[in-house]
Order: sequence, then structure tokens, then C-alpha cells
Amino acid sequence: MVKGLDEMMRVQVEALRLRGYRQEVLAANLANADTPNFKAVDFDFGAALREATAARPGSAQGPAQAPQLLYRTPAQLALDGNSVEADAERAKMADNAIRYEAALRVLTGKIKTMLSAIQG
Amino acid sequence: MSLFNIFAISSSAMAAQSTRLNTVASNIANADSTPVAGGAVYRSKQVVFQATPLGDANGLAGVEVAGVVESSAPSRSIFNPGHPLADGQGYVEMPNVNVVEEMVNMLSASRSYQTNVEIMNTAKTMLLKTLSLGQ
Repeated sequence: MVKGLDEMMRVQVEALRLRGYRQEVLAANLANADTPNFKAVDFDFGAALREATAARPGSAQGPAQAPQLLYRTPAQLALDGNSVEADAERAKMADNAIRYEAALRVLTGKIKTMLSAIQG
Repeated sequence: MSLFNIFAISSSAMAAQSTRLNTVASNIANADSTPVAGGAVYRSKQVVFQATPLGDANGLAGVEVAGVVESSAPSRSIFNPGHPLADGQGYVEMPNVNVVEEMVNMLSASRSYQTNVEIMNTAKTMLLKTLSLGQ
């Protein structure tokens, strides 16, 4: 049954892990908004989540892999070679934080459902 | 891979930005300083940022100040024959500080600092929400 609970929450757990990591990536981009020649990076959340949840049902789970980071294509490059667009990064960050909380709430809902099943 | 890395990343950026703000203060304060007799004229100081990988942040980078370099721009000469340090033609050598550039630097540094504070706040909110998971 423990495995059942695990499987039930798996998607949300992976989503939270990836959303948290994406928040870190965006924070690192913004931290380096004034660093010459720094290139902003990001990853495809959908693809990363598919990869994290599709693999190995039933097999022992290895350590979670970090998704591959790809360079962002800036609308315009700064003279110092920096490709961070602070406004765009901020927008993505707000979006990501909301989606993180959404995943949290779905997980809370699932936990409450299980609790009411257990407690009657 | 944890939200706590954001605190390390953002605080490295805040430290770097406040170093930059310090050099701006120094430059603007000395924009009109003449050298002490026999000494060299003040030269504008500029920080150089570089991305630095943080311990367990999965290849993500914080910021560090690689060094503070002195600007190689030529110093200003102003005509002021009454000045005790004036040369034979009546010119005094003044620092190569460009006050307009420094003001822009100051605004940029303070905005970046602010952004990093807000990022930390967002991370803090996310962590607190995570703590109340299931309630």
C-alpha cells in the first residue's frame, strides 16, 4: 500500500521537484543579470516531467536526474554578451512560483482525500 | 537541488551588487578630488563580475566580484590657473570619473539588488507554503 501512495503522489512530487529546480535556474539567471558574457539558461518543464514520470514503474528509483539546461535565445543581446532579459525572467519566475503552489495544492488535496479515506 | 540554493545564489548577487554600489560611491565622492602634492590623481574604479559555480547547485552559477579594476580612460584636464596644483599652462589634472556613467551604474546596481531581494522573498514564500503541505 505504501507503494500505492507513492505512485498516487508521484506526478505532483516530480512536478514540485522540477518547479523548485526551475525556480533556482531562473534565480541564477537573474543573479547574473549584470555578469558579462553570461548566457541565460532554462529547461523544457513538460519534457522533463514526462521523462521523470514515465520511467521505471515498479523498478527501484535511482537518484533523480537534473534536466538538461538549454541556452535561451534572447530577443536582443546586450553589448557585454549577457543574454539575460530581466523582465522576461521575472515574468517566468512569477509564473513558475504560481505553478509550484498549484502542484502543492493538488498534493494537499490528494493527502486530504487519503486522510478522509483512512479516518472515515 | 533545493529551493535553499536560491538563498545562496541571490545573496552572492546581492554581495556583488553592493560592492558595485560601494565603488560607485567612492567614484562619485572623488569625482573632483585633486591628488595630494606629488601623488597620483584618483582613477575611476570599476568592479568586474563573473559567474561562479556554487557547491551543490547543479551547475547553476552565483556571482562573484572577480576584481576591482581602475579605469584606463584619460584623466580630465581643467583650466584653473589659480589652483595650487596647476601646471605651467594653468591646467589641473582631475580624476577620470564620468559622473553620468556612475549614476547609471548606481541605478542598475540598486535595481539588481532589489530584484534579488524579491527573488529571496519568493523563495521564502514557496518554502513556507511547502512546510504547510497537507494542512
